[in-house]
This record gives sequence, structure tokens and C-alpha cells, in this order.
Amino acid sequence: MHALANPARFLRIARPATMWLLLIGLVLAVGGMAAGLTLTPPDYLQGETVRILYIHVPAAWLGMAGWLGIAATSVSQLVWRHPLAAVAGRATAPAGAIFAATCLITGSIWGRPTWGTWWEWDGRLTSMLVLFFLYLGYIALGAAERERGGEGRITAIYGLVGAINLPVIHYSVLWWRTLHQGESIGLTGSSIDNSILWPLPLTMMGFTCLFGAAVLMRMRAELADAKVEARRRRMTQA
Amino acid sequence: MNPWPFVIAAYSVIVGLTAVLLGWAYASMLRAEAAADKLRK
Repeated sequence: MHALANPARFLRIARPATMWLLLIGLVLAVGGMAAGLTLTPPDYLQGETVRILYIHVPAAWLGMAGWLGIAATSVSQLVWRHPLAAVAGRATAPAGAIFAATCLITGSIWGRPTWGTWWEWDGRLTSMLVLFFLYLGYIALGAAERERGGEGRITAIYGLVGAINLPVIHYSVLWWRTLHQGESIGLTGSSIDNSILWPLPLTMMGFTCLFGAAVLMRMRAELADAKVEARRRRMTQA
Repeated sequence: MNPWPFVIAAYSVIVGLTAVLLGWAYASMLRAEAAADKLRK
């Protein structure tokens, strides 16, 4: 990670990586969604609505992974003062917010025919909504601190404190047994049959690549903006 | 209850929001890098 501390070196890797992530992400996400819509059987209980799983799970994963990334960049900034950490954190937040919102909306759409309600103040749903609001706060704080010429330390502390919500989201289905079902996919296995499950890794990898591409594009934009700003400042001082 | 309108709505949401995210990130990157290139020349 320290090898990427030099923005010029980072850009040499980021430029080709952006295109590759976009291409691979599009192929996997479109392929996975098409397979999920046409090639898998309906669930014996949920019927066709089970197909929402192929997009809802990647959205939930990326909503949470985005904040995990923000927490990692916060540590990197506060402990090692990595010059790209604040840029990476600010670039990750909009993508994380979009996927957290997607998770909430697709979950709500799935809930109506399955649970009979669009929304319930259940532990999992509420903690995910809190994550979405945390993202909005991070975006606003990051923009305000950048505008005032700050190093982004307050935003980094906020990013670190907000990470407390991640285990709350993860364990919410165990702590509060309300409407959301328990964990059906874990690191060691899944309770879902393979005939239904197989397109999920495709959409998971596909949307993760697209998330990565969006973050890299935002980082490149921030670095270019910073270069323009520094040049303008030098010109006005001269 | 016909489940397909719900399935189609959910897929439209993720496709639409991902397209908005990627389009916005791509456009802002192109604009910023073009401005940086223009200043260098």
C-alpha cells in the first residue's frame, strides 16, 4: 500500500485497472443477472421473487464493504498519513451510499410480496438505513473539510467511529430475531441450494469490479482536480 | 400477486443506480483530467 503513496505511480496502475475493472464487471454483472433471471428455477416457497437475491446480496455486501474500505483508509491516514488515504475515502463514499440505497430499495421491493410490507423497523433494515445516513454524513463532512483546506482528519475519525455500525448490521439478525431472516450465506457455506445459488458469485464479483472502477475514476478525478487547484494557486502567487 | 413486476423493478433499480454512479464518475474523471491536461500545455 505504501508503494502506491506516490500519486504518479498510483495513476500508472489506476489508468489500465479502471478499464479492466469496468469491462470484467460489466460482463460478470450482466451475465450473472441474465442467468439469475432465466436459468435458475423458482424457489419452492418464495417463487420468482427469489431472483431479487442476485442483486440484493451484492448491494448489501458492497454497502458494508464500502464502509470497511473507508475505515481502512481512515486508519491509513491517521496512523501512517498515507497521502492518498483521504482521496480514497472520499472516492469510496458515493459508491458505498449508492449500493447501501440499492440494498434498502431492492430489499423493500422483495419484502412487499414476501413479508406483505414495504418496510419494518427491524434490526437489519434499521441498521442498514443508519449506514446509508452515515455515508451521507461522511460525504458532506469530507466535502466541507476539503473546501476549508483541511487534511481530512475529522472525516477520518468519523469514518472510524462509523465502523461500529458494521458488526451491528452483521449480527442484527442474531441479536434481534424480528422479520429479516437469519444468515443464509456465510464464509463456510450456504443453506441455499446450488441450483439457485450459482449465479450469485457472478453478480457479487461483477458489481464488486464495477464498484472498484467507480472508486478509481473518482480518485483520478480528485487527483486531477487537486493538480489544477495547486497550479492555479501557484499562478496567483507568482 | 404477480411477482414479476417486483423482480423487474428491483433489477431496474440496481441497473439504473449503477449506471448513474458509473456515468457520473466517468464524466467527472474526464472533465478533471482534461482540465489538468489543458493547464499543463
